[in-house]
Amino acid sequence: MKQMSFLRRIRNSQLFWPLVAWIIILIFNAVINPRFFALGILKDPVYGNHLYGNLVDIFNNGAPLMLAAIGMTIVIATGGIDLSVGAVIAISAAMGAVLINPALGNKLISNEILTRNATNTPLPIIILATLAAGIICGLWNGLLVSRVRIQPMVATLILMVAGRGIAQLITNGQIMTIYYTPYFWFGNGYILGLPVSIYIVAAAAILGWILVRKTAIGLFIESVGINSKSAYYSGIDEKNVKLLAYVFCGFCGAIAGLILSSYVHSADGNNNGLYYELDAILAVVMGGTLMTGGRFSLLASAIGALVIWTFTVTVYSLGVPANALLAAKAVLVLLVILLYSEYSRRLINRLFERRRDTQHDTATQHDTAN
Amino acid sequence: MIQQPNMIQRTKLIVSRHGPLLLTLGVFVLIYFIGSRLYPVMQKPQVFFNLFINDGSLLLVAIGETLVIISGGIDLSVGGVIALVSTASAALLLRGVSPFAVIPLMILMGIALGTTMGWIIQTLKVQPFIATLMGLFFARGMAYIISLTSVTIKDPFYKMLALTSIHIPFIPSAYIYPTTLVGPIMLLVAIYLLFYTRFGRTIYAMGNNEQSALLMGLAVPRTKILVYAFSGLCSALAGIVFSASLLAGYGQFATGMELDAIAAVVIGGTALTGGIGTIIGTLFGVMIHGSIVSILQFNGTLSSWWTRIGVGLLTLIAIGIQSVIYIRRKRS
Repeated sequence: MKQMSFLRRIRNSQLFWPLVAWIIILIFNAVINPRFFALGILKDPVYGNHLYGNLVDIFNNGAPLMLAAIGMTIVIATGGIDLSVGAVIAISAAMGAVLINPALGNKLISNEILTRNATNTPLPIIILATLAAGIICGLWNGLLVSRVRIQPMVATLILMVAGRGIAQLITNGQIMTIYYTPYFWFGNGYILGLPVSIYIVAAAAILGWILVRKTAIGLFIESVGINSKSAYYSGIDEKNVKLLAYVFCGFCGAIAGLILSSYVHSADGNNNGLYYELDAILAVVMGGTLMTGGRFSLLASAIGALVIWTFTVTVYSLGVPANALLAAKAVLVLLVILLYSEYSRRLINRLFERRRDTQHDTATQHDTAN
Repeated sequence: MIQQPNMIQRTKLIVSRHGPLLLTLGVFVLIYFIGSRLYPVMQKPQVFFNLFINDGSLLLVAIGETLVIISGGIDLSVGGVIALVSTASAALLLRGVSPFAVIPLMILMGIALGTTMGWIIQTLKVQPFIATLMGLFFARGMAYIISLTSVTIKDPFYKMLALTSIHIPFIPSAYIYPTTLVGPIMLLVAIYLLFYTRFGRTIYAMGNNEQSALLMGLAVPRTKILVYAFSGLCSALAGIVFSASLLAGYGQFATGMELDAIAAVVIGGTALTGGIGTIIGTLFGVMIHGSIVSILQFNGTLSSWWTRIGVGLLTLIAIGIQSVIYIRRKRS
């Protein structure tokens, strides 16, 4: 009996389904490619010795999406949505690229200046400016939602449409290639043999976790998400909670933009972080956080992001062209929707209940027999 | 003497009832006026008709989107359906299938996609946002599976559609193309549906309050599925118009058109919360979008990203004004 209730607790945990999905995808990968889990140590002259392998790559490349999903979780938990994550990624990436480019404000840009391995601004300022750009975007979204009272979807839609324009405005409509090697560390560097981006994600997740689980903010967020009016009447500063959520999401988007532009060595207003908002929302949904707000789990969303990223890598390794991946992703979402729908939930629960009942019966029979 | 307050009251009523619509109309006239002041070429009637020619598919998509948004949902799949329809029709025409078979087939496909999404939304209680997003991914992905590169259309019927110019009576040297007519025709159909049929009134009722519409005994589930089916039909028509005007099919067509359509609908005075809105407003929303694009084209030095910033700003202004008007109405 005790064991069954333990199983039931696991099954009701928000982490259960995303983890199951992830494990299924990983097993599938292991079947089609027996060397999928192989890890090795690469002696890299630039970044030192580090681990390499598919799993490391998945974590490294999936880091921006995990960050975006963590930010999105908080926003969705307050009952909102942030469609501008992709645009924020593009804006912060553009910001970093422009500040690095030594020819900023110089009309005569020669190729020699553009491709020099040098920077116009010190690296800490670049990072701060990139993060500030994301935070300002988040602040804008948050003010529109909490103060002007525009529907979250519409308010962030504005930045989603205009944001890519702004990113192109910053880079003057060009795809800026970055040649400044210290900047590459965020997307390509390693600490103790593991990619830097993993540490960044962990830091953001721990920061978020401390914020929402060790202070009352998490409770505030959930209560605002469940019913913002009653949260307001019970004395919670509902406006600022919402504002904070959007700012945090913008902050996460900015870090994601930093990692992404550092990884691909360029900033492209049109394509940096394309469809990231959608993937992040899917990750949150996969993590079991309700779109209507309320109960949420940062870890479940991060695992949801990993599921999406692993799925992407799997589909690539099967030889499906990158563009056709969209259709595969749609099928994945359909499966998740079917799995999460009220009907199948009831079905699964009934299945488990019945088995528990029969076991219970046999257990009592044993008791009486003894 | 007595009539004067009456007049003021009546104007007040008209303004408060048609406030957003009048505003959209005003903004359109203002933008077009400024444009024609800056660039005298815009005073030519042909430039005005070009709005319909260039934004023909956007208008079609926006009509479907208006119905969906009034019903309280949202349809993000429109751009994907356009891409899929254009690619599929181009691929079929390349294999020698008659255009008179291809066009009905494409329309059927659009309706089928819309119905499926509506069914998922209605039966599985999935948020419209998620379900139609999935539709977008699916349609665009399928378009790429059909062909990774652009497919040219060489069919004579499509060429006829794309190149025959119909002269506008009474206005010299002004012309439109046959495909341009599809948008206005669907506009009339949508107006009829919204205002003179039970289907249309149910859309408004469920947009205002789905629960009470259901309790009133209206056929909410059926209407919801039908609304998405109608949007699918509009997107399919838009895809045919799109591929006929460009004489090609490609998976990358109409990227981000769903956002333009939503922006046009919102600028046209439809509330994203559902229940409020008109098709005529959407028409002007689309025309405002077209005017901004043509001003940018006439300028030549401003880059294309200003379109996005401009549309974003206008959406913001439209929403701001809307919320002010609706808040005031609620208080009174």
